[in-house]
Amino acid sequence: MAATSEAVVNPAHVEKTKKPPARYWDELQDGKDENKVGKDGEQTGETLPQKHVEKAKKRKNDEDRGDAKKFISGKPDPFPGPAHISKDRMQKFKRRDKTKKIPRQHYKLKDMMARSDEVSELAQKQAARIDLLLPEDAGFLEGDEDEDTCTISQEDISDAVDITSASKYFDLKLSQFGPYRLDYSRTGRHLLLGGRRGHIACIDWQTKRLMCEINVMESINDVKWLHSEAMYAVAQKKWLYIYDSNGIELHCIRKFNDVLRMQFLPYHFLLATVSATSFLQYLDVSVGKEVAAINTKTGRLDVMCQNPQNAIVHLGHSNGTVTLWSPNQKEALVKMLCHQGAVRSVAVDKTGTYMVTSGMDKKLKVYDIRAFKPLKSYFLPAGASCLSLSQRGLLSAATGDIVQVYRDVWSTPVTKPYMAHRVQRTVWGMHFCPFEDVLGVGHGEGFTSMLIPGAGEPNFDGLDSNPYRSAKQRQEWEVKALLEKIHPELITLDPTELGQVDQATSQQKHQDRVQALGFDPLAKEKFIPRYKKKGRSSAGSIERRKRQVANEDLRETVQQSSEDKMKIEKERKEREKKEVLLSSKKSALDRFKK
Amino acid sequence: MKVKLLSRNPDDYVRETKLDIQRVPRNYDPSLHPFEVSREYTRALNATKLERVFAKPFLASLDGHRDGVNCLAKHTTNLSTLLSGSCDGEVKVWNLTKRECVRTLQAHEGFVRGMVVRHCGTSFFTVGDDKTIKQWKIEAPAYGEEEEPLNTILGKTVFTGLDHHRKEGVFATCGQQVDVWDEQRSSPIRSFTWGVDSFSAVRFNPVETELLASCASDRSIVLYDMREPAPLKKVIMTMRSNTVCWNPMEAYYFTCSNEDYNLYTYDMRHLEKPVTVHMDHVSAVLDLDYSPTGKEFVSASFDKTIRIFPKDGGHSREVYHTKRMQHVICIKWSADNKYILSGSDEMNIRLWKANAAEKLGVLAPRERQAANYSQKLKEKYQHHPQIKRIANHRHLPKIIYHQTREQRVMKEARRKKERNVRKHSRPGTVPVVSEKEKHVVTVVK
Repeated sequence: MAATSEAVVNPAHVEKTKKPPARYWDELQDGKDENKVGKDGEQTGETLPQKHVEKAKKRKNDEDRGDAKKFISGKPDPFPGPAHISKDRMQKFKRRDKTKKIPRQHYKLKDMMARSDEVSELAQKQAARIDLLLPEDAGFLEGDEDEDTCTISQEDISDAVDITSASKYFDLKLSQFGPYRLDYSRTGRHLLLGGRRGHIACIDWQTKRLMCEINVMESINDVKWLHSEAMYAVAQKKWLYIYDSNGIELHCIRKFNDVLRMQFLPYHFLLATVSATSFLQYLDVSVGKEVAAINTKTGRLDVMCQNPQNAIVHLGHSNGTVTLWSPNQKEALVKMLCHQGAVRSVAVDKTGTYMVTSGMDKKLKVYDIRAFKPLKSYFLPAGASCLSLSQRGLLSAATGDIVQVYRDVWSTPVTKPYMAHRVQRTVWGMHFCPFEDVLGVGHGEGFTSMLIPGAGEPNFDGLDSNPYRSAKQRQEWEVKALLEKIHPELITLDPTELGQVDQATSQQKHQDRVQALGFDPLAKEKFIPRYKKKGRSSAGSIERRKRQVANEDLRETVQQSSEDKMKIEKERKEREKKEVLLSSKKSALDRFKK
Repeated sequence: MKVKLLSRNPDDYVRETKLDIQRVPRNYDPSLHPFEVSREYTRALNATKLERVFAKPFLASLDGHRDGVNCLAKHTTNLSTLLSGSCDGEVKVWNLTKRECVRTLQAHEGFVRGMVVRHCGTSFFTVGDDKTIKQWKIEAPAYGEEEEPLNTILGKTVFTGLDHHRKEGVFATCGQQVDVWDEQRSSPIRSFTWGVDSFSAVRFNPVETELLASCASDRSIVLYDMREPAPLKKVIMTMRSNTVCWNPMEAYYFTCSNEDYNLYTYDMRHLEKPVTVHMDHVSAVLDLDYSPTGKEFVSASFDKTIRIFPKDGGHSREVYHTKRMQHVICIKWSADNKYILSGSDEMNIRLWKANAAEKLGVLAPRERQAANYSQKLKEKYQHHPQIKRIANHRHLPKIIYHQTREQRVMKEARRKKERNVRKHSRPGTVPVVSEKEKHVVTVVK
């Protein structure tokens, strides 16, 4: 059957090829062409060409139904409709669920909700589409067969990669002012080193340009960049100091004494510090005011980190607990018992979902801090003294002088490190560089910059933190950021709370209003049937009938429930009877019963 | 071993020459943008504050009248022309762009009671206390020519109001009765009366052009169809209405300004109870005018303030006042929806912005975008208490502030008393009467 039809169609096809290629004005001549085909068909067979025409027509109809956009050239679009977006990509940009439909909503409200849902879905789709255009891909490291990635040395990696990347692996020999703490600026361009014995250096580490180098002639506990690379805070022996990038002392803040660790909350412009006197203090660096000083009453505090998603500060204590703090409350928001021994280090990932802690009990634990649940627990023979999480979720743990990097600590049970490296002396501070595949390690002999493929976020947002920004752009960003400074009162465990409906207050308000008015203004009016003379189904009788049905339903349910109750009662009685029977048989052990 | 490290080429991220604009690569990943809600809220708060900072609605004062301004008329085809009539019978034509008077004419003896520009924009009508209707040319008379009306009609009684048909050469006056006139004739083609009373205002419906509404001194609002010999129906309220104005977009709604300090929006088809009661003034409301979009209207009051109400909101969104402005007698909303014109007792006409914080003039695209964005933010967070407090705060003259408070106390006391009466009487004998129902006495058909 197929063969015959082919044989018949073929000549017509040959005929067609003689035609010039299809043009948009062909549609006008369509009728003519059909006639022509018909004529050809007459030569070969009478009925089949008709079929061919019908077939063509049918295909055209199908296309019309398929919403395929026809080009001017007449060619149908091979990929009709909007491009497909994968589900997980849509999930990534999902901000809220669709609003639930409330029965008997006001029509205006319903319309508004529907429109807002539509708009948010459109935004989600567009963001997901733009994801495709991101210019960079993340780095990676794969071993050959039977080769562990953790055996690959830094030298091998730096040999294998391009010169610019290779130059990111370097050592700074600074043995004189001993163990170093460090901090990368938010754009990842600038490095701040603070030696225990008073040495401070700011470096544009990619170009290796030294911005300033000073010695404060005092012991240094911690260093931290403030909102931009123009200023940094140094926790010195007694007070907290703020220097600018030329090394000029801007402030000495005497309200903050014996500071051991610091965290900067970039969107709030808050510098959170913890001290040896167990005080957690917040300094607003935009106005220079102390926002809150909280006595945690938990002794010396030297383990601290922040949750970048909600600006809650996590503190680790010597009794194995981790506490969560906000500047608005004098008590800890949450206290978690994480370790048997003291907590040595805490880190929270970029999405604010996971917390990694290490303790004196040589354990490394992973928690889900949205649900406050332990996820994984690992045993490290030497115990980790320093933890740091990268933007893409790599965990670096320092055990003595060895730096180990782990991958996927929260999703899969990890047995081997992803990478490992030995530095000269005990590790003192460790940070992943944002937007780079680099891990900075401060230790007794100076500073080591390691290459960790796949650590950094490949695509930065130019309006948020741009490593390539010019001075002008930085100034503009600074003004915008200051205008958008979030009030410290808005720091809560759930940062989206502000965008949700406060139902309790609105209900209270409504109740107050009812009380003041003496009646409920929103109460539904009682149905008054329309007086109607004609027609059997008057509004009143419909209502009566409805009520009748409702009453019947009610009666049924009442009957049902009473029957159920009887049944349950019966069962209970039988059970009791049995128990009585059983208890009548005394066993030898019954004398111990109370 | 396979390895790839992040290695960005700076050329992709930095502009080539100083003449280029800076490159700003974006990544919309939500995890790179924490605190979305709180940052947006902060922006909304800032936008609300800035709106209050930039709220400077007063633009200009046009002085020149030698008596209180009694009526205003918008030009139908020209945005920059305004006509005003004063209590001494003088009519002035103003150029609003230059903010100067271009023509003055002595139209009547006594008050100019009403004024309206013909739909074609070439002539205008005035009525006055001297029982005449006069038609004038818009153009000033040529040099040496006498200032004379095109047409003068002598009526039997005093006219108090005037309005012109939207399309045809027909106009309506009110006084002892409502008269409909043909421009070509010297006697009315229709005369409506319903009881013995005088009318204070008459208005043609701008959409259903044959319909008329008028306010009578027997506290009623009467509706007419020009094609019928008798009035359609009327609603009698507890107090007298001063003026009435049709919604230009929704032809069946009209709003009246009442002596009881409120404005009432009625649906013409259901006069039993108003759709909305607009409260906020602390003295009689003398005039109102709808915006051309039909979404808002402006009202002028005896309490020396102007208020802007949303058409379906019970309270005003804006109040304008100055130290020097006395009782505001007439008000108009300009046809481009941007300005408000008010004429007051102390002989001045004032020009206001309809949107107090709006920037006038041409906006650059980025400016417009920023304005739209902040508008949307304000809308989104308008119910947050902090933002609401800032957005709603208005400085009021001391007298009005205290009067508002006093009236609130009085109202609360009345409500309390009613509640107590209801509590101590048989259930159902003292029904709850809503604010809307309270002010309507009856509807007569």
